[in-house]
Amino acid sequence: MNKLYETYIKKEALPTLFCSGCGNGIVQVAAMEAMEKLGCKDEVACVSGIGCSSWIPCYYKLDVLHGMHGRALPFAEGLKLARPDKKILVFTGDGDCAAIGGNHLIHAAARNIDLTVIMVNNYIYGMTGGQKSPTTPKGSVTKTSPWGSMDEPIDAVKLVMVLGATYVARWTTAHPAQLAKSMAEGMKHEGFSFIEVLSQCPVQAGKSLWKEKDSYRIMETYKRMTKSCGSLEEAGEGKIPIGVFRHDNQREEYASKLKTVTRKQKG
Amino acid sequence: MEITIDKACCKGCGICLKACPKSVFGKSRKRNNYGTAMPEVKNAEKCMACGACERLCPDGAINVERKAKE
Amino acid sequence: MIKRKEGSLQKETQVVLQGNEACVKGALYAGCSFFAGYPITPSTEIIEMMSGEMPKTGGAFIQMEDEIASACAIIGARWGGSKAMTATSGPGYTLMQEAIGFAAVTETPTVIVNVQRGGPSTGQPTLSSQQDIYQARYGSHGDYEIIVLAPSSVQEMYDFTIRAFELAEQFRTPVILLADEVVGHMREKIMVREGCEEIRSQRQKYVVSPQADFFKGANTMVEGQLHDEEGRRIGHVAEKSGQFIHNINRKIQSNLDILSEVSTYCMEDADIAIVAYGSVARPSLNAVKHARGIRDDRMLPKVKMIKDLFKRGVGEMIHTDYSHLKVGLVKIDTVWPFPEKLLKQVTKGVDTVIVPEMNVGKYCREVQRVLKDKNVVSMPKCGGNIHTPMEILDEILKMAGLEKKKVGR
Repeated sequence: MNKLYETYIKKEALPTLFCSGCGNGIVQVAAMEAMEKLGCKDEVACVSGIGCSSWIPCYYKLDVLHGMHGRALPFAEGLKLARPDKKILVFTGDGDCAAIGGNHLIHAAARNIDLTVIMVNNYIYGMTGGQKSPTTPKGSVTKTSPWGSMDEPIDAVKLVMVLGATYVARWTTAHPAQLAKSMAEGMKHEGFSFIEVLSQCPVQAGKSLWKEKDSYRIMETYKRMTKSCGSLEEAGEGKIPIGVFRHDNQREEYASKLKTVTRKQKG
Repeated sequence: MEITIDKACCKGCGICLKACPKSVFGKSRKRNNYGTAMPEVKNAEKCMACGACERLCPDGAINVERKAKE
Repeated sequence: MIKRKEGSLQKETQVVLQGNEACVKGALYAGCSFFAGYPITPSTEIIEMMSGEMPKTGGAFIQMEDEIASACAIIGARWGGSKAMTATSGPGYTLMQEAIGFAAVTETPTVIVNVQRGGPSTGQPTLSSQQDIYQARYGSHGDYEIIVLAPSSVQEMYDFTIRAFELAEQFRTPVILLADEVVGHMREKIMVREGCEEIRSQRQKYVVSPQADFFKGANTMVEGQLHDEEGRRIGHVAEKSGQFIHNINRKIQSNLDILSEVSTYCMEDADIAIVAYGSVARPSLNAVKHARGIRDDRMLPKVKMIKDLFKRGVGEMIHTDYSHLKVGLVKIDTVWPFPEKLLKQVTKGVDTVIVPEMNVGKYCREVQRVLKDKNVVSMPKCGGNIHTPMEILDEILKMAGLEKKKVGR
């Protein structure tokens, strides 16, 4: 068993309910590695929404709020403002974050509130059985787009960049070390940190999007699809840029702004 | 290097088989608690302790114990 | 108005406040240190005042992107250890329903103020109603119990807000303060207490799955799925889930004696009772006073009486003595859970019950269910105007078998 499991995982809750080969487990391990690196376990609480990826923190030996579909961010914002000294890790999926929770994502990013959001993007609604999600590539045949998806996919990274999130990165499950490093940076960073992880769903997305059931082959596809670079424009045509796109310490964080006002008013 | 695979955690996805750059793991006839095919350590001497299998195993089933060279 | 309950030892000062402002004062006294909200008429004054007051007391205020986010943020803040509240009206309250169900199932103490306006949909943003009486109880999906308080005066806006925080912590459940536009916007002279009350959570006594606040080293698991004592999901296990639902409902139902509160006026010898809640209790009280011939010392009713005299003529004016009419008022303070036992008790000697309310006559159904042996008459009024004392008095006279014009000649 992975060494980190001893400290971080409620072993009595194992095995996880993730399907065999699901990328969520890799994200789970990466987040543990990040916390271990920072040595901040006691300072961290997790918040998640509803969906496969929102089960990730439920196995942690931490304070966890497994909330409502799409509302992980408002729960986390309330928690953060009640305890501004702590680190809040938010696990959410592409549907949870960019569809039903899209409005909350926009506002949380614009506020630059100190949360570390890990959006696990598997390109599909896995838990409900393989329906189209906001990130599903155009033309894909899924359970709810039998004639090919007509919607333009949403790029959450671009979205939060525009809104002024101060730490933005994207990795895939095939880059676990980089992902863990980014998570640690995001947690350390004071401001809205957004990390998108392209993750494999060998069962639902494997069937309808990748025509491939083998997890590792999907991960290899991710490697081929992506290009590591420092900015979104560099990747070139047909490639998804991965890497750290922004790490800006200049913009003031929301909770600290609130603290300044409180200090002034309370005297 | 001592590599162990937890029978209770492994779900038999096979990521480790392909992810290991030195092909340390191989297929076996053993079954994990899930009832799916479980990998086994075939070439432990080749392991260079890169940690890829540990990081990529979605179920935290693999542990690589780094030992000082004798 | 009905006499205020004694009990506070703190020094009190007299102030003139609007209902919504009194609600904020009450929340601050109860130690509320987090407010998340979204502006909506007619509850806007609460969020406005909170935005100014919260930083002064060291609390946090945030204007969220919508009511869903507001209701979720207060739940998050409560798990962070802050007593939290939000306020809304009409459509905003509808948006909050999922989060209210989440708070009920995760046993999160939160206070949600609903200053009711007319509905459905955008409805009547500036006029009053009591149309959300069922939504307050049954709004979220699934079976759950909830505590709902209905203030009828500015003083009660203050007192009930404090009580809401107390009950929320005591029973670890969301508590709804079901006000309406009338009490929200009226201004009255009230007594406010000084300082701040420390309300402790009593999680051991009443809770189904006791969980510590976050960052206490307890590995708290807050789970929206049905769960066991340690927060582990049991939603897929039918028997355990059934037990959970049973327990979470029993937590409130079996404590009706502690929870239920009604105020009575002239009920000792009454034959006819008016059962009212919220702002409608006010004209009801006046109607009872008229019917009993109890003189009102305030100037305003007298001025209005003279005005009416000119407008409607002496024949229509009925402010003569009805002291022979044995009418009483039962004002329900905790509208949900329905105070069955208490209502039965206080209406023991009564044979007719009139239920005036600013909706199509919803709460009356509950009263009918409980008081089966009595003649229960609904007195609905829709459109946004509150019942006038005259209307209620007319109904009393009708029930007493007296024709208006014949009386007092």
